[in-house]
Amino acid sequence: MAGPIEALAGGALIGAAAAGMLLVNGRIAGISGILARAVRPGVAPWQWAFVAGLLAAGLAARLSGIEPTPAFALLPVPMLIAAGLIVGIGTRIGSGCTSGHGVCGLANLSPRSLVATLVFMAVAAATVFVTRHL
Amino acid sequence: MRSLTAGLFGFVFGLGLIVAGMTDPARVLGFLDVATIWAGSWDPSLAFVMIGAIAVAAPAFAIARRKPVALLGDPIALPDRRLIDARLVGGAALFGLGWGLAGICPGPALVLLGNDGLSALLFVASLLAGGWLADVLLPVLQRSRTAPRRAA
Repeated sequence: MAGPIEALAGGALIGAAAAGMLLVNGRIAGISGILARAVRPGVAPWQWAFVAGLLAAGLAARLSGIEPTPAFALLPVPMLIAAGLIVGIGTRIGSGCTSGHGVCGLANLSPRSLVATLVFMAVAAATVFVTRHL
Repeated sequence: MRSLTAGLFGFVFGLGLIVAGMTDPARVLGFLDVATIWAGSWDPSLAFVMIGAIAVAAPAFAIARRKPVALLGDPIALPDRRLIDARLVGGAALFGLGWGLAGICPGPALVLLGNDGLSALLFVASLLAGGWLADVLLPVLQRSRTAPRRAA
């Protein structure tokens, strides 16, 4: 079970990847945006490469014996699909997810991203409250 | 070269998500479950993910603002939109709703696609379908909102 130290270290890796994308490639490491563009025609190959890198990290974890998380597999299929659809619509309309607004946007001191992050954190917490306690 | 470095950074990003515990929906939902603060069983560690990430990324953005040219020669396109509108807030709220239901956001979903198999595939497919749906519906919604105003 990862504690605050692992969370901080993992966060630093995420920040380093976002910094690298910015200073080496000149791009924002916003995953919902990169994924959206990766499946559109006429895409630059770097978007595919970034997505492939994320997949490879999951694969590497699997090969080194880190089991898939059971909680995700245990989620009912209709819920999984509904949640995926809502996240897909929301990140497109709101132009970003946890990586784009929550990491890159806040690191870029963007008021837009601050508002977006506060809203999605609050709504996510409210959603968990309703599903677990009401 | 651009793809090589992008692939490397994607891999590092994915490792970070795994190390941090962001690919475990049970932990994410536990973090979002603020009622446990009063019960004394809240695990605040995921807050440190964002703190660690921003602490490392913020200096890079400061550098980029002063010298907006990337190492590989491309101009650094820093987002400069300032508009805080209903679209931003509504989209973020929808994203929060979905995140609160599943405990998974797009980055961890892609990592789990390489690790978890079918359930991750279903989630990512729905994610893409949702994005496509928004692309189709948004222009329709915007047209229906501006049309009556034009008539009046």
